[in-house]
Amino acid sequence: MTGTAAGGAARFIGARVHRVEDARLLTGRGTFVDDISLPGMLHACFVRSPFARAAIRAIDTSAARGLAGVQFVFTAADLNPGVKEQWHTSMGPGSPETPRPPLAEGEARFAGDPVALVIAETRYVAEDAADLVEVDYDPLPAVVDYAEAEHAEALVHESHGSNVIGEIAGLSPSALEDVFAAAAHVVSETIHQQAYAPVPMEGRGLVVDYSGATGELTIYAATQVPHEVRLFCSRLLGLPEHRVRVVMRDTGGGFGQKVMVQRDEMCLMLAAPMVGTPVKWVEDRRENLLAAGKSRQEHADVKLAFDVDGAIQGAYIDFVQDCGAYPTPWPVTTSAAVGMLFPGPYRVPRAGFTCKAIYTNTVGRSAYRGPWQFESLAREVVLDISARRMGVDPIELRRRNLLRRDELPYTNPNGMPYDSISPLETFEQALAMLGYEAFRREQAEARTAGRHLGVGVSNYVEPSTPGYGYYGTEAATIRVEPSGTVNVYIAGGSTGNSIETTVVQMAADALGVKIDDVNTIQGDTAVTSFGAGAAGSRSGSMTAGAVRETATVLRERILAIAAHKLEADTEDIELADSRASVRGAPATGLSFAELAALAYFEPGSLPPGVPAGLEASARYTADAPVIWVNATHVCTCEVDATTGHVKLSRYIVSEDCGPMINPDVVEGQIAGGTVQGIGGALYEHLAYDEDGNPIATTFMDYLLPTATEVPVIEYGHIETPSPGPGGYKGVGEGGAIGAPPAVVNAVADALSPFGVTVTRLPLSPAQIVALVDQS
Amino acid sequence: MGEVPVHLTVNGRRREETVEPRLTLADFLRDRCHLTGTHLGCEHGVCGACTVLVDGAAVRSCLMFAVQADGADVTTIEGVASPDGDLSTVQAAFRDCHGLQCGFCTPGFVMSVTAFLRDNPRPTDEQIREALSGTLCRCTGYQGILKAVRQAADAGQRGERS
Repeated sequence: MTGTAAGGAARFIGARVHRVEDARLLTGRGTFVDDISLPGMLHACFVRSPFARAAIRAIDTSAARGLAGVQFVFTAADLNPGVKEQWHTSMGPGSPETPRPPLAEGEARFAGDPVALVIAETRYVAEDAADLVEVDYDPLPAVVDYAEAEHAEALVHESHGSNVIGEIAGLSPSALEDVFAAAAHVVSETIHQQAYAPVPMEGRGLVVDYSGATGELTIYAATQVPHEVRLFCSRLLGLPEHRVRVVMRDTGGGFGQKVMVQRDEMCLMLAAPMVGTPVKWVEDRRENLLAAGKSRQEHADVKLAFDVDGAIQGAYIDFVQDCGAYPTPWPVTTSAAVGMLFPGPYRVPRAGFTCKAIYTNTVGRSAYRGPWQFESLAREVVLDISARRMGVDPIELRRRNLLRRDELPYTNPNGMPYDSISPLETFEQALAMLGYEAFRREQAEARTAGRHLGVGVSNYVEPSTPGYGYYGTEAATIRVEPSGTVNVYIAGGSTGNSIETTVVQMAADALGVKIDDVNTIQGDTAVTSFGAGAAGSRSGSMTAGAVRETATVLRERILAIAAHKLEADTEDIELADSRASVRGAPATGLSFAELAALAYFEPGSLPPGVPAGLEASARYTADAPVIWVNATHVCTCEVDATTGHVKLSRYIVSEDCGPMINPDVVEGQIAGGTVQGIGGALYEHLAYDEDGNPIATTFMDYLLPTATEVPVIEYGHIETPSPGPGGYKGVGEGGAIGAPPAVVNAVADALSPFGVTVTRLPLSPAQIVALVDQS
Repeated sequence: MGEVPVHLTVNGRRREETVEPRLTLADFLRDRCHLTGTHLGCEHGVCGACTVLVDGAAVRSCLMFAVQADGADVTTIEGVASPDGDLSTVQAAFRDCHGLQCGFCTPGFVMSVTAFLRDNPRPTDEQIREALSGTLCRCTGYQGILKAVRQAADAGQRGERS
């Protein structure tokens, strides 16, 4: 059963409704930030450090300023003093953040660090001028390898006094000594994940437009969080919040990279009042790969204890992550999630963790789809290694340990209170879809023919839809306009998450109107209520709550007007197809156009107590502190042991996101995340050389998956309603969590005849050939 | 820097402009013609988002200078649907198959698929994958795109409008 947002009949929720975003996006009529063009608009280009670490002795901007078409060249001395406050709402003003000078001041701390900002009449001239800015650098020894950084002599941030940003720990190894001592099997391994990044097809970008006369700043942004950009900017510049307006219509993907304001963006905000005319900065791909942030890049020593039957007795993870020079935000709390979630959807009686975050002279860590996904990678890869060492089937080992429905609610040993999940069900469904036994027979036959097939599985449980603090509320305004058509105003913003379509589906059902009669307006802080944006797999559930709350108010009013006019009881009025009619007498009714005309043009005819007009605003507060969601990924592959080439054959995802609002959207999110995870497992590497020079700053070097590499993804759905509105759960991030371990396990399984242990990503052909050669 | 004249036809309309020789065709289309549907995803010819048709051939407009298109007939994403807004077979297939999410790469896919199906009206699935391999998408995992191209190819074989 699919629910609806406010008790109407479900017609559009649950259906594969065509997206409302598509008409403009398919015809070149979308509005991305680079499509904004304003009268008198200038163009910005950054001068960036070519060194991983260097003292900045002097900057000579005279040649650049002398170039025709150049209007301004800003350095740290010009922009940095303008900073009033600098903090994100989700972190609060007291977070022990890294000092983030907008432009590098005194020292450049990674190759790509912004050192000066050129503003010129065209981007071409701005780039020419950037080449003319003379920076006197004094290169310094750089901290490049995060694994060595703790004991390195050089410090990334002298003022911090250490390259260790922070550390959070649960139970210590000594507290678990008895568990590991008593275990029949103890398996230890160190698992490494390389740096890779969100890499949205559209990079970051802003157009800032400050009016000195009114003191108003308008920002057009590529962002997942328009309201947070406004708040951040108002704090940064000390402008009243209502004098700042942030607008985004279409954002070309974010995946976490566009949920926080970074230093480059701060520079544009600070420059805006000094320039006084509109300025556009849109990063190119090189800048995106140099400076927009990296993710992943981490390792952990993992230890699992099993009894003689393979039941997990204890789990410990000692996790270290590379946060670069300027992580946004402070990374220590997110790193703790790796430890807290490490037990996963399994019955794990005892667990402990240490999570450490490290500074290096590389690009700063930024959020990426499932920022804590290393917990699943480490656990699932080590489960397969354990199964191999213990001589049991990895499927059987998981089946023995997965949580069953009758054990819920279940609090994991780190205090994570799982509920409304179905790990065993998704697992069995995915394996049934594969035909696991048949695959094992096929694999055995192939091996006798010298071919290396493999199967890999991963399970995860993920906290979606944070229901606390800044994330815990979302608002909607719904207007039935005087003609009877409907506009839904929601903070939202289209970043590829189909949130416009989702809102239209939910509002149509909630009010009983035709879907074509509903439009939605999002992403403009001047006309929408505050919302925390597209992050944390929260948009579906939180928006459903906002539409439900608002539509409930409006529905009551519509029913009252209709009942009054039709001389019927409100309980007898039905809303459907943009009409209110009397139950059992469908011919007796009023169209929404007629109802709206009464509400707006004949206020005297309304029943007592019903206000004129037909609009309402309401704010939803999350029903649950978190909504858990789970999935199983199963992948098969063939590995060419000579060339190291991996071909993924079948890819199955069985997920439990509760009832689906739109299966196309759900499957699209799963597919996108999964292929990003496949990219991370096999191809993508935001690599640096040993001196800290980035060596993957084009798409020739940073390898995204293409249509020739991806398998056909098969979907299985299990539906356990969440405690949230409609029973929905978040589904934006999971694919990127589940995919890497499934792929790694499949490759390791294929290579098992060689006796190799796979512990490092990416599984490039060279890496696979090396593993086989060493065996 | 000296400017040179270019004369070309864009989506059926004649354009005469004077440009710097270094101005890319992509920037010419976006900034001079105000046709912002052509997107720049890498500016080094790998991602394919900026693909347009130049005299019918699918071309990466970030790798071509506007002056090289002198005398050419250029079609951009804005010139694909009929003037009254009816989507082409390829565009409709992308909509039907959830072949786009953020939509940033979409114009490049529509242009290159349009040229591909014109030249290969009966492609195998393998040929479709090869044809798509020069255009990058980060949202869809290519699942809906592969389905859309198959649907558009099948519709073309049935003689439906393309």
